[in-house]
Amino acid sequence: MASKRPVAKARLRNSLVGLGFAAPFIVGFAVFIAYPLVASVGYSFTDFNLFQTPTNIGLANYQAMLHDDRLITSIKNTLLFAGVGVPLNIGIALVGAHLLNLPVRGQPLYRAMAYLPTIVPVVVGAYLWRWLLNPQYGFVDHLLRMAHLPDPNWLLEPGWARAAVIILSVWTVGGTMIVYLAGLREVPKDLYEAASLDGAGIIGKFRHITWPSLTPITLFQSIVLTIAYLQLFAQPYLLAQSRLNESTAGPGDSMLSYSMYLFQSAFVNLKMGYASAMAWVLFLFTMLLTFALLGSARKWVHYVNG
Amino acid sequence: MSTAEVVDRRRADAPQVSRPPRRIPSTFVGVVPLLVMLAFFVFPFLIMVVTGFKTPADIFHAPPKFWPTQWTLQNYAAASDSLPIGRYLLNTCLVTGLSVLGTLISCPLVAYSLSKVHWPGQKPLLLIVLATMMLPPQVTMIPVYIMWSRLGATNSYWPLVVPAFLGTPYLIFMIRQFMMGIPDELLEAARVDGASQFRIYRSVMLPLCRPALVTAGVFQLVWTWSDFLGPLLYLNDPKKYTLSVGLYAFFSEHDVAWGPLMSACVIFTLPALGIFLLGQRFFMNQMTAGALK
Repeated sequence: MASKRPVAKARLRNSLVGLGFAAPFIVGFAVFIAYPLVASVGYSFTDFNLFQTPTNIGLANYQAMLHDDRLITSIKNTLLFAGVGVPLNIGIALVGAHLLNLPVRGQPLYRAMAYLPTIVPVVVGAYLWRWLLNPQYGFVDHLLRMAHLPDPNWLLEPGWARAAVIILSVWTVGGTMIVYLAGLREVPKDLYEAASLDGAGIIGKFRHITWPSLTPITLFQSIVLTIAYLQLFAQPYLLAQSRLNESTAGPGDSMLSYSMYLFQSAFVNLKMGYASAMAWVLFLFTMLLTFALLGSARKWVHYVNG
Repeated sequence: MSTAEVVDRRRADAPQVSRPPRRIPSTFVGVVPLLVMLAFFVFPFLIMVVTGFKTPADIFHAPPKFWPTQWTLQNYAAASDSLPIGRYLLNTCLVTGLSVLGTLISCPLVAYSLSKVHWPGQKPLLLIVLATMMLPPQVTMIPVYIMWSRLGATNSYWPLVVPAFLGTPYLIFMIRQFMMGIPDELLEAARVDGASQFRIYRSVMLPLCRPALVTAGVFQLVWTWSDFLGPLLYLNDPKKYTLSVGLYAFFSEHDVAWGPLMSACVIFTLPALGIFLLGQRFFMNQMTAGALK
């Protein structure tokens, strides 16, 4: 009985110490996450240009979204970027991880080379690819001409401009590839031996051993990549950036991503309320897609420990 | 792809000195795509470096030639003449340095609370940290901007630097995972000696966490160094520009100063790349460990 009070006291002290250590994050969360989240819901129901006081307009921003042609273009583009980009990234990362796992001299060097583009600042990457894709002096069209393939005016033609956005994103696939490589090395070797004894071929081993072992990584990477593609901003913005007009987005708005349009709505057109509504729609859609991917996991993801 | 077979081969041959001749072809089949892939990753980078040393005659030559007929430093001179590259570099260093400092002060503190102080708020707070990692920055971007603008702090470094001092969720989580691996007994010993929690944190925990702290510092450094959206949103005085937003000055209405731009790109890339190469081996493991579990 006598020891009860000191225990309670110790618990209280622990709580205070815990709070104290966590204080920076608690303050940061309150100021930079919780308050803005609430405020952003509020702004989404207003007409607000940053300088005047916000006026309440109810659901008008959300209704306006249904009739905004540029918004619809941006949604189409973003879905295209994600729809092509995510599977392409996963596929290349998977194949690339196998290539990096080849028993050849210089493996660590090759790994670093694959990771290199992810270290290059996105601004540098984008400007560099603008140079590489230059129809006259760039190397990409030069190589295509040498191979007798079509040599497009990349950033001047809508379809090719979208392709350029995806190429730039795929250039930084190294991070995903390294994760797959690590996963590949965790696959128990005796599984392959057992499969060999059973007479399994290369394809059989991939289908029945490698792929199932990698499905948890694939799930995680699909979610991360999907979120990243839905938020794609810097790559299309920098590829389309032109001094003439701050709100350009490539020929026929071909590179206008959802986040780019959100940025333009807020900071070029100063429609803070409308942009806040856009942000919430993006957030809800991202959550929906994430839960859908997580929900699909039962059907195709194999966990070793049940 | 000869994937499974390749894995099989890795085990079969000891450190790739001599392997049975009949097995060579299938590895060789994989080497060609490997080289093509590496070319895709590295070749653009090489073009950037080489273009930075080319004369205009070589840069604007159709068809393009990889190797310059004449090496020159004139682009580097032109880049620093036409733009205050040194100033942008200094600004970028300032913002990056402060952010790294902020992260190294705040993240381990929070991580310690989430791993080694046993208090009732631990679990809920950990969930909040994880949820925050998933939140799209677009949702908070506008109210945060409005907040800074009301404080009169737009066009300053405050909005770029202050958040780091309040903890970066991803890095908090990474350091927390590392701290979880450190046995409580090590801390108990100090507690028995009568040391306060903060003493234990400072003199026992922090030294043990050095690998995680270096990794977190490098991550924050590379992120802030390359950050584009932050400076784009908050900096409008060219004197305050970081390299991310400053480089656009090489674009004019009708053409682009490709030579100087590429040399400036090299200057922009090298510091981050240098840090990355120094720490490469070391944090490659940390990173994948987090992603796999």
